[in-house]
Amino acid sequence: MASHGIKDRIAIVGMGCTNFVEHWDKGLDDLIIEASNECFTTAGIGKDDVDAYWLGTAQGGMSGITLARPLQLTGKPVTRVENYCATGSEALRQACHAVASGAYDVAMAVGVEKTKDSGFQGLNAVPVPSDGTGRTLTAAAMFSMVSPAYARRYQVDPAIMRDAMAHIAWKSHRNGARNPRAQFRKEISKETILASPKVAGDLGVFDCAGVADGAAAAIVCRAEDAHRYTDTPLYVKALSFVAGNGSGLTDPNYDYTTFPEITTCAADAYAQAGVVDPASEISMAEVHDCFTITELVLMEDLGFSPRGTAWRDVLDGRYDIDGALPVNPDGGLKSFGHPVGASGLRMMFEAWLQLRNEAPPDRQIPGIGSGRRPLALTHNLGGYPGEMVSFISILGTHLD
Amino acid sequence: MRGITGWGTYLPHRRLDRGEIVKFVGQGGGKGTRTVAGFDEDSTTMAVEAGRRVPGAMAADLLLFATSFPAYADKTNATVAHAALRLAGNTPALDLGQSTRSATGGILLGARSVGTVLVVAADLRTGLPGSAEEAAGGDAAAALLLGDDTPEQPVLAEVLGTASATEEFVDRWRAPGEARTKVWDERFAELTYGRLGQQAWSAALTAAGLAPHQVTAVAVAAPTARIASSMAGRLGVARVVDDLTSTVGSCGAAQPALLLAALLEQAAPGQVLALVSLADGADVMLLRTTDAIAGHSARPTIEEQVAGGAPVAYGKFLAWRGNLDVEPPRRPEPARVSATAAARSQDWKFGFVASRDRETGQVYMPPQRVSADGLRTDAMDASPMADVTGTVATFTVDRVAYSPSPPIVFAVVDFDGGGRLPIELCDCDAGEVFIGMRVELTFRRLSVQDGLPNYFWKARPIRG
Repeated sequence: MASHGIKDRIAIVGMGCTNFVEHWDKGLDDLIIEASNECFTTAGIGKDDVDAYWLGTAQGGMSGITLARPLQLTGKPVTRVENYCATGSEALRQACHAVASGAYDVAMAVGVEKTKDSGFQGLNAVPVPSDGTGRTLTAAAMFSMVSPAYARRYQVDPAIMRDAMAHIAWKSHRNGARNPRAQFRKEISKETILASPKVAGDLGVFDCAGVADGAAAAIVCRAEDAHRYTDTPLYVKALSFVAGNGSGLTDPNYDYTTFPEITTCAADAYAQAGVVDPASEISMAEVHDCFTITELVLMEDLGFSPRGTAWRDVLDGRYDIDGALPVNPDGGLKSFGHPVGASGLRMMFEAWLQLRNEAPPDRQIPGIGSGRRPLALTHNLGGYPGEMVSFISILGTHLD
Repeated sequence: MRGITGWGTYLPHRRLDRGEIVKFVGQGGGKGTRTVAGFDEDSTTMAVEAGRRVPGAMAADLLLFATSFPAYADKTNATVAHAALRLAGNTPALDLGQSTRSATGGILLGARSVGTVLVVAADLRTGLPGSAEEAAGGDAAAALLLGDDTPEQPVLAEVLGTASATEEFVDRWRAPGEARTKVWDERFAELTYGRLGQQAWSAALTAAGLAPHQVTAVAVAAPTARIASSMAGRLGVARVVDDLTSTVGSCGAAQPALLLAALLEQAAPGQVLALVSLADGADVMLLRTTDAIAGHSARPTIEEQVAGGAPVAYGKFLAWRGNLDVEPPRRPEPARVSATAAARSQDWKFGFVASRDRETGQVYMPPQRVSADGLRTDAMDASPMADVTGTVATFTVDRVAYSPSPPIVFAVVDFDGGGRLPIELCDCDAGEVFIGMRVELTFRRLSVQDGLPNYFWKARPIRG
């Protein structure tokens, strides 16, 4: 028994991504059609050329028909998947595995969410009938328990913690301001970020990701077939997934300063890709910055910063777009908002642009495409500290 | 010998300064304070809290619950208390009728019954803003355990005799579902209760072979403070216990049980105590304390609870009682509880019983069937946790999540001897909470959807 991975067996040969905004004038079907058609165009194929489809949506609709009907797919296997906020990534993972298995030649993953039709603030899950004893906290409240725990464990001055978190928000909004697909396109000063009203615990409004509607899509095929569709494919180096067992919620030893599901997931991903030192080998990362404190802890759980030092690396600009390891160059969930089923594929879309030197010049990571073998990491989590799912992909431009 | 073998009382944490009422409404109010149940409390949750404070209550052979504001009509409320107190499955749990007299009736029934009877009375008094009922009312619960004298559960106060006087007359009334109790001419009530009280008082003294001067202390529960003091002055007993109206208020169905508990708390061995309850007639109970009461204490005492508590703003009180519509958070309300799911998890939901890993000793909250290492299924023991205290490991304040009274204060609690649960805190302000704070559990109503109360446990600071 082992996690073998499918390194260099699958290539992404087409991608599409809508703007992530409050699409009051577009429904779920419109978003699906827009992202899918862009994806078909970039791969230079039609919908009949795709053998199997996966749709990631948390609450957009049930069954593969949610995708088959708007695209009018005829006689195709279409599967709807859900895996919390990693739903979009999960769709891609399934599509890649299906092609790697030999079952299909070409597969497509579409992720979509129409969050803004609920009329409520934030993200809201459809309730499952229950005994009424479960938590009803917001995600912000659950993640807000991390920053004081982290500051205490590593003896970081609370004011410096606030600064580091504000730097993350500032950096992401700065990147997002240069991204035409992002929901929030304004730079936000650190002063404004620090002065924003509190939502939960120490987390202010600018520590939290927004909410938007959006869709993104990817077409995958066998690596050896990639050049039929594009000169610049991305090769899948690793796809890793861990579903937590909820033990962090009941285990008194869990201290809210790390996400164990993610460290496990990262170790698996790096083993699959053959990455030994992620801090130096990863060229860029798109991570699940649902809250600023989440991104800070992720820098350690993903092995980018040693334990207890991410706050310093953040403040030193290591993860800025011109830093040693740019994180969320597209603006992240902070700037994009979080259409649950789409976000994982949106992260890959940024890797698709950056590694192929197709990002706008004011946002293109300097020299990334000219690196010898640039690697992009995307990370997508769902759930809460103590009980989460984690997805990591590693993508590259060259076969090893 | 049969009598009272235990008691427990519960006063909610919040206190309304009656002086706040007139400032807001322009009328009503008065001096002193009244107790106010939290937004997450109802008569059933308060009854559970009082019941939990009675040593030996779990062994009751019969549970009787009285309130004038039941959470459920049609469905029995006592079964919720039965589940939360983890009484035996073959113990009947019954609601008495919705009147103050029912609570006194429960005590009389307990005295005349066989086996151990747990009588719990709880009430919330609301009335309309600015009304006398609102200012004079209070929220409280009291529980009494009645039974035969045994070495394990000795009688603390023997019942010497009881007497009643019953007549049909209307001094106050309320249609089912309404909040406001209407009253007839109070002079009429005072005269009628005076006459009936005297009848029952004489009959009880005769039955017990006692003269008034042999009674050490008396408590009088009546619809109003004026009727109570008028009655008390005519009994010929030297000591009348404080009826708590200046600090707690008149607590409806809970009042007779609460005042009887107050009598017992203040008593020494060998004293004769009398409870006079005026409600749709008069009921009198005479008791003699035994030597066993000397070593007995029911904690916290009423006095300790009166001394504690924290203020609540009048606007909050109005909102909690549904007399002021406040803008709710823009988040979906919780779904109604699944009755079938709740029935399956009743040991956890109502009894707060976790599971303990036989191999590793780890406590799982909620209980789980498979061990944390995934190796064993159903190798667990039940682990009752409701009386286990804990420590706040970390906490937060959620200003966005839905709550009937935002914000939610929420903590990760590590329980003494093992077990962790992220759980909502109550009876505290956000600024009071700190890591390391000691907490205890309390049975609460999280919300009501579709008329269905959702009961579960919260944690609150251990005070005093």
